[in-house]
Amino acid sequence: MKKSIFLFFLFSCFFLYSQVGQYIDLDVVDTPNDDGSSLQINWQVSDCDSGNVVLARLADNGEKHVLVKTNNLKRRYEDGTDVQPGVDYTYILSLYGANGEMIEEAAFTATSKAQWFNTNKIALLIWVIILTVGIVYFIFSAKSGKELYIRKISGLESMDESVGRATEMGRPILFVPGILDLDDMQTIAGLTILGQLALKAAEYDAELIVPVCRSMVLSTAKEIVKEAFLKAGRPDAYKPDSVFYLTDDQFGFVAGVDGIIVRDKPAANFFLGAFYAESLILAETGFASGAIQTAGTAMPSQLPFFVAACDYTLIGEELYAASAYLSKEPHQLGSLKGQDLGKAIFVIVLTIGIILEISGISFLKNFLTLH
Amino acid sequence: MKRKLPLIITFCVGIIIIISEFIPHKPFGQISGELEIWFLIISGFAILLGQLSLLKVNFLKIKFKQKNWPFFVVTLVSFAIMVTVGIFWGTESNHGILGNGEGVASLIGSKPFDYLFNNVYQHLSATMFSLLAFFIASAAYRAFIARTVESNLLLIAAVLVMLGNTSLGSFLTGWLPQSLSFLHLPNIAEFIMKYPNTAGQRAIMIGAGLGLIGSSLRIILGIERSYLGGE
Repeated sequence: MKKSIFLFFLFSCFFLYSQVGQYIDLDVVDTPNDDGSSLQINWQVSDCDSGNVVLARLADNGEKHVLVKTNNLKRRYEDGTDVQPGVDYTYILSLYGANGEMIEEAAFTATSKAQWFNTNKIALLIWVIILTVGIVYFIFSAKSGKELYIRKISGLESMDESVGRATEMGRPILFVPGILDLDDMQTIAGLTILGQLALKAAEYDAELIVPVCRSMVLSTAKEIVKEAFLKAGRPDAYKPDSVFYLTDDQFGFVAGVDGIIVRDKPAANFFLGAFYAESLILAETGFASGAIQTAGTAMPSQLPFFVAACDYTLIGEELYAASAYLSKEPHQLGSLKGQDLGKAIFVIVLTIGIILEISGISFLKNFLTLH
Repeated sequence: MKRKLPLIITFCVGIIIIISEFIPHKPFGQISGELEIWFLIISGFAILLGQLSLLKVNFLKIKFKQKNWPFFVVTLVSFAIMVTVGIFWGTESNHGILGNGEGVASLIGSKPFDYLFNNVYQHLSATMFSLLAFFIASAAYRAFIARTVESNLLLIAAVLVMLGNTSLGSFLTGWLPQSLSFLHLPNIAEFIMKYPNTAGQRAIMIGAGLGLIGSSLRIILGIERSYLGGE
């Protein structure tokens, strides 16, 4: 009796299996590391050489909303349209034969969930923590009076020379803070240098011209220059129109700045910020006018142009370091030392990574890759 | 308080942005996008400041008949024309206060704003961009003068890359057997661009990335305050 019940149960299971999912293997999972706004639908049709599949999502009113029609019998589809976390969604996959007859239909219900931590970014988090701890450690170390060696950056050492030259020649100093807006860190780095330069210009009584490409940069640059003149004790020497807006347009701005260089012949030009194709047009026009030129950007593709056409170039990190370097404040210099520690760690990790890759071990590469 | 409040806001926003990079859950996942929208809204208002500055600076130069003042007249007239035609007849996808400008468009082929944009502005912009070709030539001439070991290396690399990217390069080394294909100029040029050039660029990018993190931390922690207009 027991044997016949067992055989019946086994047969029933086999019968049920053969009815549901004979061809279709459907699976719906929550998309990992997201805010719960999508679900991943995976399907695979076996024992079927050709056919079409239609994937649909079942709405609250029972209607089917078709998401995709394809002849791809093994595929992953990500549904990110109007998916809310914590809500059940039913997906129906219909398999049709070559003549359009339905062969099988399968359904799967799943719920999406918002994650509290993106596990793909563990490596990034580790880097951020290491660098932050390193930089903060050196800031406090510098505050406690420890002597820190910072290498000389000739482009910044030359600032006095440039301002002095402009004063002697009775010509203005031109400062261009790049062509991007305040949401770019290079522009902010450029503006922090402008503060130091404006202070020196006020002390030397040199004229400063700051044409800008963005309205937000205009108001910030005006405040910075005004404060610098106040700090130098020469508020009367500040000219509000020395910082002015030209245009948002890239080549319109270049034409405007080139016009200033050709007409006013500044004795010193500073191009510090984010630049694109206009970098060489500006730098070469400045070179032709005979100005002493200092440029700095973190755009690797524009650096060769500045190196070729300018007297001094701040390469990448030097632009960001400029403000701290010029301030000479111990806690600011400490942060530069922290960056150097980060570089040393990078070199070590890169070397280990190269050795491991050559040895056929990809663990480190995979761990550090952002997916 | 005038100093402290911006520093507190900077600190809070900076920390939230860093945290939101690692937390996709609401509300952190949306914060970055929301703040970008705020930035765009503020930028929209700031445009007015820019236009006012442009008008004021150029008007004063004309008023006091400063050197080269006719140039500033051209700027103001161009500005006024573009604003006027834009407001009256609109742009390609927007209506103006006088309608869609069908009458004017039938005469000149498109709306006045688009006509001026396509037939004046675009050409002037392309002219400025094309100047780059001449500036590259003059800068390259100076950069490639063989004076030191470094400039000699630069010159050799530049000649190899330039030749490798022309048909002359293929012609000069095309006769070499397959076993010496690594000496083909196009292959040498590709090697230089792919390995030493990429390595150099990445080194700069890593340095710049670290500098960016350092600068950001200085600003978030309130150590760097010069962007606020003072120490």
